[in-house]
Amino acid sequence: MATAPDTRTASAPARAPLLSVRGVKTYYGNIVALRGVDLDVHEGEIVTLIGANGAGKSTLMMTIFGDPRAREGTVLFEGRDITRMPTNEIAKLHIAQAPEGRRIFGRMTVLENLQLGASIADPAFFAADLERVLTLFPRLKERLHQRGGTLSGGEQQMLAIGRALLARPRLLLLDEPSLGLAPLLVRQIFAAIRELNEREKLTVFLVEQNAFHALKLAHRGYVMVNGEITLSGSSRELLNRPEVRAAYLEGGRH
Amino acid sequence: MEVFVQQLINGVTLGSIYGLIAIGYTMVYGIIGMINFAHGDVFMVSAFIALIAFLTLVALGITAVPLALFLVVLIAMALTSLYGWAVERVAYRPLRRSFRLAPLISAIGMSIVLQNFVQIAQGARVKPLPPLIGGGYTLIESDTFVVRLSNVQILVVVTTIALMALFSWVIARTRLGRDMRACEQDLKMASLIGIDVDRTISLTFVIGAALAAVAGIMNLLYYGVIDFYIGFVAGVKAFTAAVLGGIGSLPGAMLGGLLIGLIETFWSAYFSIEYKDVAAFSILVIVLIFLPTGILGRPEIEKV
Repeated sequence: MATAPDTRTASAPARAPLLSVRGVKTYYGNIVALRGVDLDVHEGEIVTLIGANGAGKSTLMMTIFGDPRAREGTVLFEGRDITRMPTNEIAKLHIAQAPEGRRIFGRMTVLENLQLGASIADPAFFAADLERVLTLFPRLKERLHQRGGTLSGGEQQMLAIGRALLARPRLLLLDEPSLGLAPLLVRQIFAAIRELNEREKLTVFLVEQNAFHALKLAHRGYVMVNGEITLSGSSRELLNRPEVRAAYLEGGRH
Repeated sequence: MEVFVQQLINGVTLGSIYGLIAIGYTMVYGIIGMINFAHGDVFMVSAFIALIAFLTLVALGITAVPLALFLVVLIAMALTSLYGWAVERVAYRPLRRSFRLAPLISAIGMSIVLQNFVQIAQGARVKPLPPLIGGGYTLIESDTFVVRLSNVQILVVVTTIALMALFSWVIARTRLGRDMRACEQDLKMASLIGIDVDRTISLTFVIGAALAAVAGIMNLLYYGVIDFYIGFVAGVKAFTAAVLGGIGSLPGAMLGGLLIGLIETFWSAYFSIEYKDVAAFSILVIVLIFLPTGILGRPEIEKV
């Protein structure tokens, strides 16, 4: 594979970002969830968004997909305004998400879940892509004809990520892949994400509460508090910021 | 014994018609969680479309029964699908993000609209169709009772089995069926993977209406008379069938339809014909009390 520019540096590359969120405000009814968020994800990067429960991280993930729609501000993908596009049209741009709560189709088999993930992809790639995902998560291979609802939490998370990968994403959104999983499984899943990023140059936007793991994995990070971005920078910078350490890392390093 | 066999034949025929209508209820419930109360009236509309199509074809000189029947099926399925599609588009889709009761009220309104529309456009009187398919087989002949299996009954049951097999295959094996099942389980996730949820819901209404159209034609052929009110009774019965089988479950709808048909005919034969509806609806009440999820339904528990 050709050498890609090293994005693991503090300054963002000069190219236009793959995903650009500008001044986005999202409401649930009259309750404000996002208070003007600015954020960029460049091609080939792993960017993480960390923050406490209820900070608005998942809302941002869903706002990128237009559900709920941003009331103000814009979401740009490859410079194209997708703020008002229908959710399924946004998916067709090869933005894929492993959402909060995993949302496996529990009454369908693992294989059907993966086929559904490939809905927007060219069917010609399916066999090879399936093989790749099953190599990445061998546990899914054993369970291919089992119903999704019978999988363990970790396996469901692998399936959610696998399903997203079968869309051949240009941008992969992962919403708390570590939630509720044993530390060993979290390491496995994070290793898989790193592998995808390094080998296939997959761009990943990762939402996490597990700040230590997320910042160890990502190139850059943003900190969200109460619907606003309060800090941003390279992962190393953020890991060393006393306020980040105090709020998200103390006692959480395991 | 003879009476039993005859009622079994009649019950299976009636149950086939209920089953085809019940699929429309259960599919729509499965995918958007609402009871489409206008579905029975869509069935009624299809019977009228079929009748008008028959008479038009005869006026045009097409009197060969197989050809006429084939054309009527095509016309009625196409036009009834259009009704099913329009009902969803006009009365339900604008309310999709509204509170849960809103589409339900809209459905009752749609039901009244269709009934009144047909009553005004076609008149309130019963409309007859001369029997097109005569004949049949005498199965058992005793001194007191003759058991007959008519050609219409054979046609109804065979068509129903064929349609249900085709429909089950579409749901289980095709891309559309997979998309429909995905929408049924999680609309939000379905749109996140790029499925056009609106289109899938529209197609659900179209398929449900097309099956109801076949039921409407069968009803017309079997009874020979229709009026603007048949949709209400058949609709409530088919809805009962869907609940009995387990609402949201497709095999459940087919099984429920069959059971309701059998219960109704056997009750009429052995107890009293006046109370056949009471029997059918008592079953609904008993099922709801002791088996709220129906025979093949599943409890609403999802692993998180």
